[in-house]
Amino acid sequence: MVERRPYLTVLTHLTLILGAGLIALPVWIAFAASTHEASDFLSGLMPLLPGDKLVENYWKVLAHGESSAGAPPIGLMLFNSTVMALSIAVGKIAISLLSAFAIVYFRFPLKMAAFWIIFLTLMLPVEVRILPTYEVVAGLGLLNTYAGLSIPLIASATATFLFRQVFLTIPDELTEAARIDGAGPMKFFRDILIPLSRTNIAALFVILFIYGWNQYLWPLLVTTDASHYTAVMGIQRMVAVPDSEPLWHLIMATAILAMLPPVVVILLMQRLFVQGLIEQEK
Amino acid sequence: MAEVSLAQVRKIYPGGFEAVKTVDLAIEDGSLCVLVGPSGCGKSTLLRMIAGLETVTEGTVTIGGLPVNDREPAERDIAMVFQSYALYPHMSVYDNMAYGLRNRRTAKPEIERRVREAAGLLDIEAMLARKPRQLSGGQRQRVAMGRAIVREPKVFLFDEPLSNLDAKLRVQMRIELKRLQRKLGTTSIYVTHDQLEAMTLADQLVVMNAGRIEQIGTAMEVYEKPATTFVASFIGSPPMNLIPAASDENGQYFGETGSRILRLRSSAERIVVGVRPEDIHLGEAHPGEATEPDSVAFTVEVSGVEPIGAESLVHGHTGQGHDLTIRVPGYAEFGAGRKLMAHASPKTLHFFDAGNGRRID
Repeated sequence: MVERRPYLTVLTHLTLILGAGLIALPVWIAFAASTHEASDFLSGLMPLLPGDKLVENYWKVLAHGESSAGAPPIGLMLFNSTVMALSIAVGKIAISLLSAFAIVYFRFPLKMAAFWIIFLTLMLPVEVRILPTYEVVAGLGLLNTYAGLSIPLIASATATFLFRQVFLTIPDELTEAARIDGAGPMKFFRDILIPLSRTNIAALFVILFIYGWNQYLWPLLVTTDASHYTAVMGIQRMVAVPDSEPLWHLIMATAILAMLPPVVVILLMQRLFVQGLIEQEK
Repeated sequence: MAEVSLAQVRKIYPGGFEAVKTVDLAIEDGSLCVLVGPSGCGKSTLLRMIAGLETVTEGTVTIGGLPVNDREPAERDIAMVFQSYALYPHMSVYDNMAYGLRNRRTAKPEIERRVREAAGLLDIEAMLARKPRQLSGGQRQRVAMGRAIVREPKVFLFDEPLSNLDAKLRVQMRIELKRLQRKLGTTSIYVTHDQLEAMTLADQLVVMNAGRIEQIGTAMEVYEKPATTFVASFIGSPPMNLIPAASDENGQYFGETGSRILRLRSSAERIVVGVRPEDIHLGEAHPGEATEPDSVAFTVEVSGVEPIGAESLVHGHTGQGHDLTIRVPGYAEFGAGRKLMAHASPKTLHFFDAGNGRRID
């Protein structure tokens, strides 16, 4: 923008500040609430200023969890969530890299049919096919396992489609140069394709990690045992306690803790993101 | 090092398009063969068939006496330089050059030695640690050549390697490429659409058109004795003037230039007379004045002059309206519409059969 109009600058900044505030407010409320004691919530109002029980509350959540609600210690839930999110992100990237490689670089019977079948799964997210998927997972005896948590979420076309588009932008001459250089298909895949799609892989990893981390409905269905609860569904369990007030200070502390891993992933991957934007190679 | 030969080679694409129509070609060991022709003439397809990047529909491709039709590109012992250079963007210059050798399990010290040697030859030693995007076009071109050189292949294949460079650099790289090829003595096949590049580089010049070879010869052979009207109009800049002519009942040919030419031993009804722009000499038009006995004379009406420094290109047309280009030394100041008398020695004329375009000697 080359326009220099002061009132426009003020207006855009105001809009940005308002937007940022709108996003940040719930997070702030959660944090403020997590530093109070249980009695502060009896009025039914959420405090907006932090209290003095920060260390105490977080220690309690980390060490014991909210046992009265049947939720395991937050450490275990965070671990479960991490395993699930990582399996989904890594599994999905690995499978879609390979399938995109097959679709773009190989000629085989029914290639287009295979592509469209993969593409169709875009229209069938887990929520739509949840009952048959549950049936299959239960039949395979995968309830209350990490495999059951992550495998059904791995199969999806988004990433395959994305990598297909990335591979299509890689010039044919590069493929031919590699052929002349004696690189077989898998060597080409490993030495050329993967390094060239590095930034796309990083971006997708962030998106998929958060997608996996935020899964709510599916873990709720397939885990009946507290040892496999994930953080996001665990929080819900803590809110839905019978016959008593929810322990808001502990719930909010858990929520804040559950928010941290995705934040860490984004911060770590941000460098690659930016790098990917700067070096427009290929 | 090896000779390359193509026997009855054809290429038909799945859609039925015949890109290469039965080509026979023998390339001597150590020579530089240039395939030249307009875009879509099949020259790149031919090169890619030699490289193994395209399948051969019919015929045999032989490298060093061995048929290679069924061999993978990597097993043919060739190296190729692409138009876009096709450097691996994520690898350093060193790795780009070493990649092919690593895939062949060459020993590390040997890779190191060859890469350093090629880098020295191409003057890119200082750039070995850089990535391709940090290099200029000319430097990338050198790296692409270096990648081919380190392989020490039997044959180098060049697919329009200089067409992405600016004009000045192209001339410089052309000279360097020729020098390098001489020094290494590796059989090379070079594809280009630039006839100037083709003529300056070629030991053996192959002119192609519409999937066929029109003529094979040295650059000067092709220039002096073009086998067809296509070659005549493609090689040389500006191209040869081609003027249709017809015979009269006495069996003598009269050009439609309006002047008598000479007797020809040919049964062709209609012929095409070709004359190079530099073989026409201009004089003032004086109607009725006798011309030199041994020259063909005709009038030219000037339509424009292009001065290009040491010489000028005079564009005009004959009495019958055929366009002509005449190359005259120095700066020619002729206004449009001016009538001039042009002479050409009969020895400098080329004759072609108007029906099939072939040369009549």
